[in-house]
Amino acid sequence: MLELRSIHKSYLDQPLLLGISFTVEEGETVCLLGPSGSGKSTLLRIIAGLETPEQGQVCWEGEDLASIPVHRRGFGLVFQDYALFPQMNVAENVGFGLKMQNLVRSDIDRRVTETLELVNLAGFRDRQVTDLSGGEQQRVALARALAPNPRLLMFDEPLSALDRSLREQLMDDLRHILHKSGVAAVYVTHDQEEAFSLADRVLLLHEGAIVRSGTPRQVWSDPGSVWAARFVDAGNVLEGTVLSNSGRMEVKTPAGVFEMDCEHSPGGRAHQAGDKVNLLVSRHAARPDAEGMIGGIVVDVVFRQEGFRVSLDNGLDFYLPEAPRMGEVLTLAIPGEGIKCLG
Amino acid sequence: MKQIQLTVLLLCAALACACSPKGPPTLTVMTHDSFSASETVIRAFEQANNVHVVFLKSGDAGAALNKAILSKGAPLADVFYGVDNTFLSRALEAGIYTPYDSPLLSRVPVEFRLDPQDRALPVDYGDICINYDKAYFSAIALRIPGSLEDLLKPEFKGLLVVENPATSSPGLGFLLATVKHFGEKGYLDYWQSLRANDVVIVDGWETAYYTNFSASSGHGPQPLAVSYSSSPAAEVVYASSPITDAPTASILGPDTCFRQVEFVGILKGTKHLTLARKFVDFMLSRQFQEDIPLQMFVYPVNVDASLPKEFTLYAQTAAQPAMLDPAMIAAERDKWINEWTAIMTR
Amino acid sequence: MTRINKYAWIATVLPWMGVSIFLGLFFFIPIVNILWLGLNPAGLKTLGSASLLLASRSLFFTFYQASLSTILTLVLGLPAAFLFAHYDFPGKSLLRALTAVPFMLPTVVVAAGFNALLGPRGWINLGLMDLFHLQSAPIRIVGTLGVILLAHVFYNTTIVIRLVGNALAHLDPSLEQAARTLGADSPRVLARITLPRLRPSILAATVLVFIFDFTSFGVILLLGGPGFSTLEVEIFKQAIQIFNLPLAGLLSLIQLICTLAFSILYTRIQRGAAASGKLRAAAVNLRKARTFRQKFFTRGMAVLLSLFFLLPMISVPIRSITRLEADRGERGQVRFGITGDYYSELFINQRGSIFYVPPFEAIGNSLGYAALTVVLTLVLGLPAASALTRPGRLVRALDPLLMLPLGASAVTLGLGFIITFNKSPLLLVTSPILVPLGHTLIALPFVIRSMQPALLSIPGRLREAAASLGASRRRAWFAVDWPIVARATSSAAVFAFTVSLGEFGATYLVVRPEYPTMPIAIARFLSQPGGMNYGQAMAMATVLMAVCGAGIFLIERLRLPGTGEF
Repeated sequence: MLELRSIHKSYLDQPLLLGISFTVEEGETVCLLGPSGSGKSTLLRIIAGLETPEQGQVCWEGEDLASIPVHRRGFGLVFQDYALFPQMNVAENVGFGLKMQNLVRSDIDRRVTETLELVNLAGFRDRQVTDLSGGEQQRVALARALAPNPRLLMFDEPLSALDRSLREQLMDDLRHILHKSGVAAVYVTHDQEEAFSLADRVLLLHEGAIVRSGTPRQVWSDPGSVWAARFVDAGNVLEGTVLSNSGRMEVKTPAGVFEMDCEHSPGGRAHQAGDKVNLLVSRHAARPDAEGMIGGIVVDVVFRQEGFRVSLDNGLDFYLPEAPRMGEVLTLAIPGEGIKCLG
Repeated sequence: MKQIQLTVLLLCAALACACSPKGPPTLTVMTHDSFSASETVIRAFEQANNVHVVFLKSGDAGAALNKAILSKGAPLADVFYGVDNTFLSRALEAGIYTPYDSPLLSRVPVEFRLDPQDRALPVDYGDICINYDKAYFSAIALRIPGSLEDLLKPEFKGLLVVENPATSSPGLGFLLATVKHFGEKGYLDYWQSLRANDVVIVDGWETAYYTNFSASSGHGPQPLAVSYSSSPAAEVVYASSPITDAPTASILGPDTCFRQVEFVGILKGTKHLTLARKFVDFMLSRQFQEDIPLQMFVYPVNVDASLPKEFTLYAQTAAQPAMLDPAMIAAERDKWINEWTAIMTR
Repeated sequence: MTRINKYAWIATVLPWMGVSIFLGLFFFIPIVNILWLGLNPAGLKTLGSASLLLASRSLFFTFYQASLSTILTLVLGLPAAFLFAHYDFPGKSLLRALTAVPFMLPTVVVAAGFNALLGPRGWINLGLMDLFHLQSAPIRIVGTLGVILLAHVFYNTTIVIRLVGNALAHLDPSLEQAARTLGADSPRVLARITLPRLRPSILAATVLVFIFDFTSFGVILLLGGPGFSTLEVEIFKQAIQIFNLPLAGLLSLIQLICTLAFSILYTRIQRGAAASGKLRAAAVNLRKARTFRQKFFTRGMAVLLSLFFLLPMISVPIRSITRLEADRGERGQVRFGITGDYYSELFINQRGSIFYVPPFEAIGNSLGYAALTVVLTLVLGLPAASALTRPGRLVRALDPLLMLPLGASAVTLGLGFIITFNKSPLLLVTSPILVPLGHTLIALPFVIRSMQPALLSIPGRLREAAASLGASRRRAWFAVDWPIVARATSSAAVFAFTVSLGEFGATYLVVRPEYPTMPIAIARFLSQPGGMNYGQAMAMATVLMAVCGAGIFLIERLRLPGTGEF
């Protein structure tokens, strides 16, 4: 298993990574999710050995990898721009790592065929890589990284250059392949949807540190901070003032007064009356209800797959199964778990 | 017993090998690029003297001399052939030769023996003259110029091509002829007038002869070109198909030709002095001297050497060739060349 | 950690060792020796104001003609490179080989060809005189600056075609296509997208062409005439004729400093140029001309190039098979017939000369020297070129020094050889090995520079991918660098081959024991009068052209392993 201990790295004299630590267990897919420029690619390169951290260690099974050069770490890398060898055909690209292991030709051929089937490219052996489409090239890149049976697979935003439907299909394929091969993986992306589809665990990277770590469901339903909530688009973020906090907490917001359970104790004490807090209001659980606590005038209605996204004049939006009329006055009820305190 | 016999036998064999004669020694002769000789003649020398002769072609006359001078401490060869009278003083001052009073010098006219100390020995001579295209002149019924002054006449405007004395040996020869004829004060005026008469100047003999001269295969525009007096003979010898008359001849007026003498010398520091001397004798011998004309197209210095018929028929030597004291040439040539360059290439 | 670092240091230095030792031994030491001989304090005293005036005049003129020549070469060469990189048409590889042949022709042959075409009695003038009933030649270009520029363009266009054409052929077209979709028309795309991406190769070509023109010697001498004197010509005059070593030394030093300056300028600009991105196979960029404008371009350029390169050279083979009698009848009329005599005469030692060169021996010697030169330049140059793509401080300092041999006067270097290699253990002056060594010196900077743009274009990402797949540094080099390098190598090999065959200035470098080559044979024939000599010179020159053309053709066809469609 992979362990990162307190990795520090600067870029052009500006601090980039400030003490990153996490582990990746066998068979686990861990996603590093963060905005562009947050250092996630650098972190990946540090793990691969292409760059060295200023402080901290990268360990595999407890052994520090600092003295082990890139080509001996056994970590596969799938690049964003595929980095296929242009003068080789598909089979030669995929078999490259096996050739480096000095395997017999027949073994190489067998494994290449196996891997190509795994990525749904059976029959592509003799094609020139420069003739392939983006999706096909990406799958060749994946097959190439998989073929030598790496201990760890690393993905550097591999799907960002593809169109939406292709991306979704490849995400499915990837998930399937990762589970089937059982290899540990570190997946780096800025796309929250990708991360949530593929990861067993998501690590949110923000300003050089991991601000939230957990399963996709955990991270999404409880982002833990305003920034995280906004980044993963977990719901509406609403600022408010605490009215009282005994048993249930009561918060007054521009959209109304809400009650919720909150167990935060920032600085060692629970929220007090008068504290400013941020609330996360889920978009999905609202139902029109005459007795509801959220109301407003409909200013925008957009059709989405999950439902109609209705924007109210108080700045909140919700997904409703049916489209209201523009200008209509709506009152919505939200179940208790639909409103959370973010801190 | 048998072992001792075997050992003695082996020792004798070894000794015999050690005592057996090695291959013939090598004599190195450094020459300029225009040097040539018949294979039979050279081989005869090699066999007669049990020596292997190696030739080092070292560029044109000036380049070869410079290389010899620069390698003075450790000479590249045993014998150096190729210095001419325009470079003679430079060679002698540099002290690259060791003197040799060859017995064959007695067969060489005194006018060629420009080095009284016999460090440089004359081997051949040639006259740098203006060649003219016979057909051209007869076709337009124009008289052939007979003197240097004639070349200034308007009927010969633009008909003469000469070479740059700074880059060409014949060019330098012609310049020296004009210096001899008009003196150091007057030669520049002559050249000014030549320039006014549209003389064409090029950098090398190849260009003048094969590009500008009308009588060569180049079929150029000028029927008068500075070349060698032996060039007409060469045109006959090397004609594409046999001809009976030379298409060109030389102008042999007073000082219109410059006599160029070429010398050989033994390089100081040679390890094969005896062989070198033999080679110098050989170069002055009838055998080699009679071989010179059809190989290098210059004249032998040895009075006993007879000329081939192509030379007697088609080549000429000047009765009054221009000659200048080599020491004077050495002292003034740079100045003359620079002066010439200043007025002719503005 | 320490283990990796130690090997890294060796890996940086090792590729340079071969080149450094070679250049140090065969270039720097002789040059320093001869310069010191001329420019020691005693010698310096002899340099007066006249010398300085001469030096500055030569420098100015050298600069002037080299700049003009380079500009004109680019004017012809860039469209030609574009033509070869983007269009496929019948006779393409033949035309390409044609443009490369002039590069290795000895100047005497080129001069003969130009004169035959443009001289006062050349075809063009004779034709015009006939047509318009003129008395004298209307076109007087020989002996003027014009013919010098023309000859330089004739010689050096192939450099631009090769260097820029190769880069252009392998550019990923998606950037241009993106620009088109954004509304840019062809000229804009060309100017704003394509040309900037070609900057490394255009720069390399420009610098090389400029240095060649700067140090031009034979062209100035044979075609220009006495009115034109570049630094190189002056050095020749001062060193050989006048034996004024201090002045020759000064001029050589000036020439070297100028070359160094160009080289430093080049490396500075080159460093700023970004890598050109993804490489594509050459075939991707090829298309057949379709629109009228494209057809006009391809046909027009093809005709222009054919005429420009063919006409001056065609006179040589023609003259080698036609018998032109020396005039005996009317002026202007020539009696001729077709004959193979000049070729058959090549095999006969008419005068029994000991220096007779059987033609096959001359060809063999030329090819032998050329092969040695190619091997030497590639063995020394390839590691150096790839080391140049990963610059460290040491490399950055060494880089500009590479071009110096090109800028050194062959005359000076030759004299330097004489005084340096005259004592054992380096008794090389009279050794035939000095010839390919001299050729290698001249070809090496050229070869390294021509390989550099290709090597620069290797995306680092591919190396990282190879490393992540288990390839050690060496194996990664073979998988990623070598295919691209091999392609550039074959192109560089062609250059080394042609430089050796044409013996640039190396004639002055060495004394020649008896391994005469084709250019030597040609020069010998032309040093004597006579129709037979001239004809044989033309015949041998034709043989030289044919051998060179065949050599280029073969090398280009050679598919090196692992290069695939590259």
